[in-house]
Amino acid sequence: MLGKTAGGLFWMFRYLERSENTARLVEAGFRIALTRPDGADDEWASVLQTAAVAGAYQARHGEVEAARAIDFLLRDTTNSSSVLSAIASARQNARLVRTALTREVWEAVNDTYMILKETLARPVRPRDLPEVLATIRQQSALVRGALHGTMLRNDIFDFCRLGTFLERADNTARILDVKYYVLLPSISQIGSSLDNVQWETILRSVAGQRAYRWITQGESSPMGIADFLIFDGRMPRSLRFSVSKIATNLAYLETGYGTRLPSRDQIDVLKARLDTMTIERVFEDGLHEFIIDFLADIARLGQQIEKDYRFLG
Amino acid sequence: MQNRPGFFDEMIGAGDTAREPYTSYNSWFSGEDLKELRKKSLDAETFFRRTGITFNVYGAAEADERLIPFDIVPRIISAREWARLTRGIEQRVRAINAFLHDIYHRQEILRAGRVPVDLIARNEAFLPQMIGVAPPGAVYTHIVGIDLVRTGEDEFYVLEDNARTPSGVSYMLENRETMLQMFPELFSRIKVQPVQDYPRNLRRSLAASAPPRCSNDLTVAVLTPGIHNSAYFEHSFLADQMGVELVEGHDLRIVDGKVAMRTTQGYKPIDVLYRRVDDDFLDPMNFNPNSMLGVPGIMDVYRSGGITIANAPGTGIADDKAIYSYMPEIVEFYTGEKAILQNVPTWRCSDADSLAYVLDHLSELVVKEVHGSGGYGMLVGPAASKKEIAEFRKKLEARPGNYIAQPTLALSTVPILTKAGLAPRHVDLRPFVLVRPDGCTITPGGLTRVALKKGSLVVNSSQGGGTKDTWVLEE
Repeated sequence: MLGKTAGGLFWMFRYLERSENTARLVEAGFRIALTRPDGADDEWASVLQTAAVAGAYQARHGEVEAARAIDFLLRDTTNSSSVLSAIASARQNARLVRTALTREVWEAVNDTYMILKETLARPVRPRDLPEVLATIRQQSALVRGALHGTMLRNDIFDFCRLGTFLERADNTARILDVKYYVLLPSISQIGSSLDNVQWETILRSVAGQRAYRWITQGESSPMGIADFLIFDGRMPRSLRFSVSKIATNLAYLETGYGTRLPSRDQIDVLKARLDTMTIERVFEDGLHEFIIDFLADIARLGQQIEKDYRFLG
Repeated sequence: MQNRPGFFDEMIGAGDTAREPYTSYNSWFSGEDLKELRKKSLDAETFFRRTGITFNVYGAAEADERLIPFDIVPRIISAREWARLTRGIEQRVRAINAFLHDIYHRQEILRAGRVPVDLIARNEAFLPQMIGVAPPGAVYTHIVGIDLVRTGEDEFYVLEDNARTPSGVSYMLENRETMLQMFPELFSRIKVQPVQDYPRNLRRSLAASAPPRCSNDLTVAVLTPGIHNSAYFEHSFLADQMGVELVEGHDLRIVDGKVAMRTTQGYKPIDVLYRRVDDDFLDPMNFNPNSMLGVPGIMDVYRSGGITIANAPGTGIADDKAIYSYMPEIVEFYTGEKAILQNVPTWRCSDADSLAYVLDHLSELVVKEVHGSGGYGMLVGPAASKKEIAEFRKKLEARPGNYIAQPTLALSTVPILTKAGLAPRHVDLRPFVLVRPDGCTITPGGLTRVALKKGSLVVNSSQGGGTKDTWVLEE
């Protein structure tokens, strides 16, 4: 496979994952704004920060305001992480690597692009927002389904998955990073309604509210939520889950190609750290520091993969 | 349907009855509901958009990916008509390859005085770098598209030979795919010769022309200028269908005397490169030094027998519009037979007498640039305004050698589906030929282009043309 193709697949799936995550963040922000109108602007500020576009937003609009924030996150093409930009980039990469995709995957991506381009051609009215967000979710599911149902499990598939899980690990870590203060025991008043709403938002941003309730029989605690998002290997958006998927796909590549490369060493170190750490230790050493380190490791891993598999040259 | 007076319609013949190849189709059609069929047309468009069969228009906004309009009424050719065409095409393609070999070696045809020396020596399409180079299997044009037009029951003319990088074959294949999905019942009623073998034949054909120094597991790749090229869809489509890599110049470099592509596991040598990049951009070390699309040094590898480039560099000298007028002589010189397919009579404006005639008859003639393509820069006399003719006259007088002129042919029509039912529109045909060292394969049918505007004779997609599925019937 061409290095360029591997890079195209990797980025195509990073962008797809990003668009889905951004939509989910908007959904969580919208939800909290409905239930707590007075604190809504703060919430949008933290959503923008989580999406790593707070600076870009400020440069464009200044003051944080709900309608503008939603517009910026969903359809502003000057924001490269907006849902529309991410989908356009994913589709551009798909065109570039079309020879590596099944017809079903290509059509799912192309459809998604055409539908969202149309849906997001005009500002979204608040009353239409739930439906628009649902469309984005459904389209993401369609692409994922086409990928799983039709693609050969070879190196092409591995690069798709690496892109997905690298982006996902980054996204979940970012949510924790922005919200860590809500999860800190020293500040939170257990059981207060404010924190309940905040926790709910965190879980919502990773589509984990139901799973978490089910696991804990309805009892929320900040440490429990952090544990769930970081260490629970069953939770498909947790750090451990994402890291173990990255490790698996890098291992497949190593077997397929018959060479061990530095990215594999890096992921092993990262995986081992998650395996030996506990949430109690993380809280003792500092949740914030843990997340910052994790984000840096993920970024470095992304660069190493790019180098190991010659995406660029 | 009312035929255009003076023009041959391929579906409706004398007495308003269907011509023989169209009888089955016509009886099926007369039982169909017009509204239903119109709806099918829209379905076809959705299908094309989903598949992403679009082309980028030069000069239009970058994001503007357009569809070539597709008409659901097939163009039907009988087995007998096709048999005669294939003999003519095969003869012509054989002559083109013999001509190219000669022109880059002993130049017998120039010595014999059958083609003027100047026409070759001063032609930009002639590549001195190819002199004495022997492409593997003596195949110069691995892929050829011969543009044909019809003016009557038995009258076909070659309008143009496309011997460089003919495009459009993806439309031929996707048009058929679309028709199969939309009208499965038609294909059980009417036996149509299949076209789906094209990608496999292309790959085999390319492999058959592999260079002498080649790897154990032969590697074929398609070279594209990139995602913004107007034919990018076709490039990726063909690579995909053949199961080979689609590469760009920056994926390639010379490693150990071979052209190699950067894979996830290092550089891997390529044996046969189906390039969709023009000669000029192929190798900045040998041709245009500013090209970012090619591979520095590829010509040196080529000359030393390390790679097959398809089509070979320098084949443009065979489809140049000034050379075109000599094709009857060329065919006869190399095959010893009269040309089976007729040329359109052509005035070379470099010649003073011809120029005088052309200037006197501009309103009747079609005038084309010698090196032009895609319907750009041409004058269709009968359709042009006085002002357009006057402007063109100035250009022609300034550089007569840059133009040829031909009579305006009475191109045949095939009906398209309009709101009001069937309506005749002018068409041409581009059959695709694959050449191997031991012979050639012609896919039954080809790409039918249709001028969608009433009365228009210009079928190019860049000028508002569309396409049709082309059926060659089984015996």
